[in-house]
Amino acid sequence: MFLTNTEIKIKGETLNALPHDLYIPPDALEIYLDAFEGPLDLLLYLIRKHNLNILDIPMADLTRQYMAYVDKMHAIKLELAGDYLLMSAMLIEIKSRFLLPKPADIESEDDPRAELVRKLMEYEAIKLAAQKIDEMPKVGEDISVASAYYQQISDVKPPEFSLDDLADAWRNVLKRASHFTHHKVGKAELSVREHMSIILRRLKIDKLLEFSQLFDVAQDGIPKLVVCFLAILELAREGLLRITQQAPFSPIYVQLNSHE
Amino acid sequence: MREQHNIGQLKNVLEVALLTSSEPLSLDDMARLFAERIERATLRMLLDELKQDWEARTMELVQVATGYRFQARPEYSVFLARLNPEKQTKYSRAVMETLAIIAYKQPVTRGDIEEIRGVAVNSNVMRQLLERDWVDVVGQREVPGRPSLYATTKHFLDDLNLRSLADLPPMEAFIQQDAQLDF
Repeated sequence: MFLTNTEIKIKGETLNALPHDLYIPPDALEIYLDAFEGPLDLLLYLIRKHNLNILDIPMADLTRQYMAYVDKMHAIKLELAGDYLLMSAMLIEIKSRFLLPKPADIESEDDPRAELVRKLMEYEAIKLAAQKIDEMPKVGEDISVASAYYQQISDVKPPEFSLDDLADAWRNVLKRASHFTHHKVGKAELSVREHMSIILRRLKIDKLLEFSQLFDVAQDGIPKLVVCFLAILELAREGLLRITQQAPFSPIYVQLNSHE
Repeated sequence: MREQHNIGQLKNVLEVALLTSSEPLSLDDMARLFAERIERATLRMLLDELKQDWEARTMELVQVATGYRFQARPEYSVFLARLNPEKQTKYSRAVMETLAIIAYKQPVTRGDIEEIRGVAVNSNVMRQLLERDWVDVVGQREVPGRPSLYATTKHFLDDLNLRSLADLPPMEAFIQQDAQLDF
């Protein structure tokens, strides 16, 4: 099939030795098919195994190899083929856009492969992240939590709490927050996503909250307060929150954006 | 009546509470152990000392998302595993990839997950993550069909020994090197 005796050139360089895992015996396909998580996974497999440059994918080659897998899949597992057929259509469309002459009035059309490449790279990153999370030690698998036995006694009253305590605590927080102003900007993105979830969770229970209730000034340092604020802005931008104020300087209310 | 409050006794109280608790204890939980007011900074200092006291022992004191807990040091897990000889079932790649998408892109809908993975989300996959209490529904996106928005829980962080999502390796670490060089 794609193994011939003629000289093989890849991007002008003669290929002397085949990558050792280039050829997959057809019988092995059945085993492989189960191992793929979808068309993107199959495409990534082909690209990585054949050492193709993900940013300069030879569309005809890739499409041909992809179709060979899908045909085989079609024969043995029809119900799987739907997502894969959609991808075949996409690959052929991309190739055909390369073949069509470009109208003169379109100056710089994007590379038709750009969207596919973006998707492949995003999927690959998630795939690697998933492997990493899978390798991390987990409670119940690699982590055993201590649990000594004792007979439950319920007699503990929560400590008294006064307004002065709160004022004290707030002063302490301000004092401490001013000492610890450094924080890592690189990790903020994820913290914002985390706070978005926390805020959505709270609003699911409380329905309507005053803006200031979303900030725990007594306990959170300034970086955390900022992250919380960014999360509110991001939620509003994504249309998940509704923020309302009746008149200038009146309380600002935050609620889930719902049409009901 | 004033409770005896030398450092050694305070540490003992924290130690016994942590060892007998089935869930991690937060600083607020631990403050409630004492009749008199105790500063959070004091608690942190005591916990630091307690951690050092246990350094040469089989258990270690760690901080996770919902608080502090004692757990067996990792080198003993191979022995402990023999107490439960039934084989650990691994989560499928579909489950782990779905979990990774929710962890890194939350809050997300099924549609968002399908967009990244390129295949339909099997409801069995979602059920496994919900049952493990690693993800939950935090709201709905206001688009036709009002799809549920999924996010990871504190329980997920606890189970992975993390204090917050920021402890996960950053996404940029997973963008393949060859691709970055060519840009």
